[in-house]
Amino acid sequence: MRVLIVEDDKETAGYIAKGLKESGYSPTVATDGKEGLLMAASEDFDLAIVDRMLPGLDGLSLVETLRGTGKELPIVFLSAMGSVEERVKGLRGGADDYLVKPFAFSELLARIEVLLRRGSASGAETHLRVGDLELDLLSRSVRRGDKPIDLQPREFKILEYLMRNTGRVVTRVMLLENVWDYHFDPQTNVVDVHISRLRQKIDKDFDKPLLHTVRGAGYRLREPD
Amino acid sequence: MSPTSLFRSRIFQFALIYLCLFGVTVGLIGWIVFDVAKESVSRQIEATIDAEITGLVEQYNQRGLPGLVEAIRRRATSADGSRGLYLLADKRNRVLAGNLDRWPDERTDAAGWVTFRLEFPESEGGGTNFGRARVLSGDGFNLLVGHDERERTWVQSTILWTLVGSLAATVTVALFGAVFMSRALSRRIDAITATSREIMAGDLSQRVPASGRGDEFDRLAANLNAMLDRIEALIAGIKQVSDNIAHDLRSPLARLRSRLEVALMEPPDAESYRVALEKTISEADYLLQTFNALLSIAQAEAGAPRRNFTQVDLSAGARDAAELYEPLAEEKGLSLIVEVAEGIRLQGDQHLLFQALVNLLDNAIKFSPEGGSITLTLRRQGARAALAVADQGPGIPEALRERALERFFRLEESRSTPGSGLGLSLVAAVARLHDGRIALEDNRPGLRAVLDLPLNDRQPKAARARKESAAAGAPASAGLKPSSEAAS
Repeated sequence: MRVLIVEDDKETAGYIAKGLKESGYSPTVATDGKEGLLMAASEDFDLAIVDRMLPGLDGLSLVETLRGTGKELPIVFLSAMGSVEERVKGLRGGADDYLVKPFAFSELLARIEVLLRRGSASGAETHLRVGDLELDLLSRSVRRGDKPIDLQPREFKILEYLMRNTGRVVTRVMLLENVWDYHFDPQTNVVDVHISRLRQKIDKDFDKPLLHTVRGAGYRLREPD
Repeated sequence: MSPTSLFRSRIFQFALIYLCLFGVTVGLIGWIVFDVAKESVSRQIEATIDAEITGLVEQYNQRGLPGLVEAIRRRATSADGSRGLYLLADKRNRVLAGNLDRWPDERTDAAGWVTFRLEFPESEGGGTNFGRARVLSGDGFNLLVGHDERERTWVQSTILWTLVGSLAATVTVALFGAVFMSRALSRRIDAITATSREIMAGDLSQRVPASGRGDEFDRLAANLNAMLDRIEALIAGIKQVSDNIAHDLRSPLARLRSRLEVALMEPPDAESYRVALEKTISEADYLLQTFNALLSIAQAEAGAPRRNFTQVDLSAGARDAAELYEPLAEEKGLSLIVEVAEGIRLQGDQHLLFQALVNLLDNAIKFSPEGGSITLTLRRQGARAALAVADQGPGIPEALRERALERFFRLEESRSTPGSGLGLSLVAAVARLHDGRIALEDNRPGLRAVLDLPLNDRQPKAARARKESAAAGAPASAGLKPSSEAAS
């Protein structure tokens, strides 16, 4: 998986590149907007990480220009500008995700994984399956093996999101954004409790756990070994 | 004001333009009046002459030439006051009777009218004027009946001088008025200019003086001053934030640095490095959280996000927050009691309002003793909404409640609980942004935080009804959720 990093701060770019390399990606760094646009337009990358404020050509124009040429690779904005207004501007400009600096690397990694998956999986699936856990969106029912599981509406949405991202880390902020549609900073482990309730229902009475906690990052739903 | 700057003054220029327009108008009206008056006096004179002629012709028809001569003599002697002119002459223009001493040399027009020079005797003030007369030819005589034009000349000159005089007076008064007005207005504008210069030079405490008359300039001054107050408050806010960041982020940063230093000094060992790094990451996370909270407060206090204000369903937001926190409360053995009135909407910032609500719930859960209860209520009180979160924790002593809303304030006894000390100050900033306030009350036992917000829904009724019917057709109430975020 080739990832283009357009970031003028060499140290940040270097640390993102190193982290991505260790996670199995092949990163390439461009240090100004024009160079980044040229590389993104002429080479085949699977994903681009773009800073908002860049020398040469600012990130927003870069993304808009790139989208104008018909390139559809997933793009993540990195920005120090964190207001809702700026986020909306960035997403309307054509980015698929918007991450505010400073950020945890695990957060970036999790989002990249979800975005790369988005391209391949069809979102129109109505029946999801992980191991012997099945979720049916039409009848809104969940079962594991032959045992039906009764979920609250919110738990159902959490599970759907986790199942759509099977095998990938999902962070707490991603859950808040995608399941609750809120963007805010909880000071407590409010998401964890929802997850542990869900875990009680889908994992407790079964041999092989599917829902795993990834320390310092978030959660992952995984096929049993 | 020097003469050159006077001519550069817009007000003076406007006054001059108006003066010219006014002068031209008055001149035009004057000319019409003058002409009409002249014409009407002339007609009056001619009518008089015609009447005289009719009378004399009658005399001639009844009594012949001698009768006519007698009538002319009689009229000529009594004519002094009425300015009538009479002359009867034979065909060789020798005077037979009348008050003119000779037949005029001027030519007669086709209708028999003649205008001629007239010398006045010294006894009547002398001078030269014109006479206007009609000439008739009879059997062996010529008759001239006329009127002198002194009256007409007098009327004309009176009107003319009145016009010139009043025009001159108008121009003079208007000129003085223009100078006075432009000076008066310039003084007011100069005062504003002088103040803005002082502000530009760095003295932000300066304010534009007002005359107290409540005119446009006072309104302008009041608006400028309100703007300056706001700017001054914002700058003070920014200064306070940066001071706080400097003070309160320094110690965790120092802690983080020394932890890393100590880890380096210890003998190299993967496990102890790992522990040190994990602790460092959680410290950094705490720093980031504090930093984000500070940014949110700054954002709320800057007032700029008012641009992001939308119609917010506070009831739906409160229910969402309760649903989000209910499991957490339950895990801590707390019961969360929710009493939310339906349909409370206001114009506001969705994210900040939800963050405020979440902060209040976070606090309540954090400080509640096991087995206690937390009550979340949302009520309409007239044109305001009261959103209250009450817990049964230790509460905040009355003396410290004001200070509890300040940034980084933490009760001594809560130093051990996690948190940045920014939660309540963000709530306060969000309340201020929405023209509301936060009150901390005694819940006996515990703390009751009441967020009091005006329902400043200024939309016209018709538009609101449309919007509501449109919302009813939508799949679900968006609550505090921004639609633009749903895609991210």
